[in-house]
Amino acid sequence: MEIKILGTGCPKCKTLEKITREVVQQNGINANITKVEDIIDIMKYGVMSTPALVVDEIVVIKGRIPSAEEIKQVLTK
Amino acid sequence: MKLNKKILVPLVLIPIWVLAYHYLQPITDWFINILFGMKKGEHLTETLRFFIFEFPKVILLLILIIFLVGIVRTYFTPERTRKALEGKSLFTGNILASLLGIVTPFCSCSAIPLFLGFVETGVPLGVTFSFLIAAPMINEVAIVLLYGLFGWKVALIYIVTGLVIAILAGWIIGLLRLEKWVEPWVFETKIGSNAIGEEKINFEKRIKFGFYAIKDIVGKVWLYVALGIAVGAGVHGYVPEAYMAELMGKNAAWYSVPLSVLIGIPLYSNAAGIVPIVSVLIEKGASLGTALAFMMSVIGLSLPEMIILRKVLKLPLIITFITVVGTGIIIVGYLFNLIF
Repeated sequence: MEIKILGTGCPKCKTLEKITREVVQQNGINANITKVEDIIDIMKYGVMSTPALVVDEIVVIKGRIPSAEEIKQVLTK
Repeated sequence: MKLNKKILVPLVLIPIWVLAYHYLQPITDWFINILFGMKKGEHLTETLRFFIFEFPKVILLLILIIFLVGIVRTYFTPERTRKALEGKSLFTGNILASLLGIVTPFCSCSAIPLFLGFVETGVPLGVTFSFLIAAPMINEVAIVLLYGLFGWKVALIYIVTGLVIAILAGWIIGLLRLEKWVEPWVFETKIGSNAIGEEKINFEKRIKFGFYAIKDIVGKVWLYVALGIAVGAGVHGYVPEAYMAELMGKNAAWYSVPLSVLIGIPLYSNAAGIVPIVSVLIEKGASLGTALAFMMSVIGLSLPEMIILRKVLKLPLIITFITVVGTGIIIVGYLFNLIF
């Protein structure tokens, strides 16, 4: 699974990355997490409010920090 | 029955809120007069009374309003706002953009993606600017604090003048045709459409977003509110009446308005920290127009946001932006000094 965190480096984006990494680790999910900070790359996903969570090239959450529970649901679906 | 529980929680909490808000003054007086046994009229007593009363009052107001705004905002996503603004003519577009700027969720770290998203899909530059001016300047935290510390009249004046500035400044920037000062790569960027459509949300989830907004925003601003009110309380208790009259009052030098605006630009504080301070400046003799101009400059024109925007805008456009908005704020300042 390819997970991408989209964000220009604001505190919220870092929080999202941290929570996502924790969820992946705790649930033994086989995933590759990368952080996308370049604004042009972020725009390719059509996201206007950061942070956003991208799973296998599809934006699943944008503009807010979801709870760990919600991320788990999205990743194990 | 999970759904009912989610909707019941606010219904139980609201009466508690009303009681707490209603009895705040007697509770404060009880703390000061009986528990601490302090003498009325002394510096320290009045400083403490100001803080113990104003801080919970503002926090209570913030919690309620941010909860409601959090729910309202689930109806106004940036994507929907963009759609509403696409292809709108100048002026009508400026009015709409300024109004939507109040209700659309916005944080300065999202300013760039938002700017790109707007300009790319054909929202005119001037209309985009109206949004970028209104969104940070007229926000729910500023409105709540103004209402709590000044009353509804000043809050309304702030909203209306803020809107007028956002509409006119955006309109003027639109008329000047400054697209040449936008970084060229902005127009070359292609926006993808990998995003999911609108998230489907039911009312239960909207309430959840309301609670999330409380945690997110009150959790972030309470410290600024505390600091702002603490400084305000100190000034309230210790600084003599009319102390500010000479510096920022009606009979102060003519340049006190533009000077206040200039000082406000590099000063970066959110509404939460600055409004309590401004409220005591007025109490100590500063005139409403000068204080309002100072506050708008601090909240609406912030250096960090300019630095972020520099990525997409060339320097002359940023300077034009600051000049146009700054001039608008100065006019508002003089106008209110004349009227009141």
